[in-house]
Amino acid sequence: MHELMVTESILEVALRHADGAPITDIRLVIGDLSTVVDDSVQFYWDFVSEGTGADGAILHFRRIPAELQCLDCAKVYSPQEDLTCPVCRSTHIEIIRGKEFYLESIDVAREPLATAAPEKTGNGT
Amino acid sequence: MSQPTSRDRVAVVEKILGANERLAADNRARLDAHGILGLNFMASPGAGKTSLIEQSLARFGNRARVAVIDGDVATSIDADRAAAAGAQAVQINTGGECHLDAVMLKEALGRLDLRSVELLIVENVGNLICPANFQLGTHKSVLIASIPEGDDKPYKYPGMYQGVDVLVINKIDLLPYIDFDMDYFRRGVEALNPGLVTFPLSCRNGEGLDEWVGWVRALLSAK
Repeated sequence: MHELMVTESILEVALRHADGAPITDIRLVIGDLSTVVDDSVQFYWDFVSEGTGADGAILHFRRIPAELQCLDCAKVYSPQEDLTCPVCRSTHIEIIRGKEFYLESIDVAREPLATAAPEKTGNGT
Repeated sequence: MSQPTSRDRVAVVEKILGANERLAADNRARLDAHGILGLNFMASPGAGKTSLIEQSLARFGNRARVAVIDGDVATSIDADRAAAAGAQAVQINTGGECHLDAVMLKEALGRLDLRSVELLIVENVGNLICPANFQLGTHKSVLIASIPEGDDKPYKYPGMYQGVDVLVINKIDLLPYIDFDMDYFRRGVEALNPGLVTFPLSCRNGEGLDEWVGWVRALLSAK
């Protein structure tokens, strides 16, 4: 699976927006039709973020359920096993929601201006 | 000024794979600058990507103007086959990665002499899930399905079937021997990608290959 590379990309985007401040929380939006697996990203996160400004940051996943619209009868529905329209059985459908995969926001800890943020901490204290 | 332990929320709203998409755009610009048509071949392992490349090369007039970039987890078997068929070929071994991405393609493009190339075929890693999520910068995405895979694949791998520009159905010579319901298969395809251009063919006996090659030629002359 490609979650390692995806996790590295999450870190890269988050660090760029943090502007050097320590990151405490990261909010991700993942559509059910994207092929990203939360558990797998979480698994890699601790390794990937170690020693960076996002070390220890908590990942929050918001899943977006898939939503389709029938192009023939305009019915909007959530697909179950079958992708076809539950009303008219048409196969002409459009994906309205479910392919999202983006970083929505991060929380950063603000230090007082007089105190510089410490460099990365080692193991233990 | 903020308190020592306060937190600020920073709105980001940035696609996670945005960096890949930017690099893919660079790759596209590079191909365009050389007047090269780029095709991304995707399929499950064993569907016949390499065979289709070989059979297509055999039908092109000037094979030396075709370049092939082969992505595999290991070995150079596929690039060797493409080179033997007359193309300029480069192998990418992804290590463990399940797909090619724009970075790998960029590196491989650097190993080709693009000045002499008209057509670039990228053979992605055999996989029906991940390659669909990573743009490379090629112009058209080609999905190669095959009869022995079964007729349920559009239903099981919708992401792949939705994102492609053309569908090749390989190994149609096996239809008499395998329970493959073509109507059921095509209904699934139509639901996911209405009006998708489709070429049923057999790399083994050559049936349907001229139509497929004609489609590629038409794209080339439109470049």
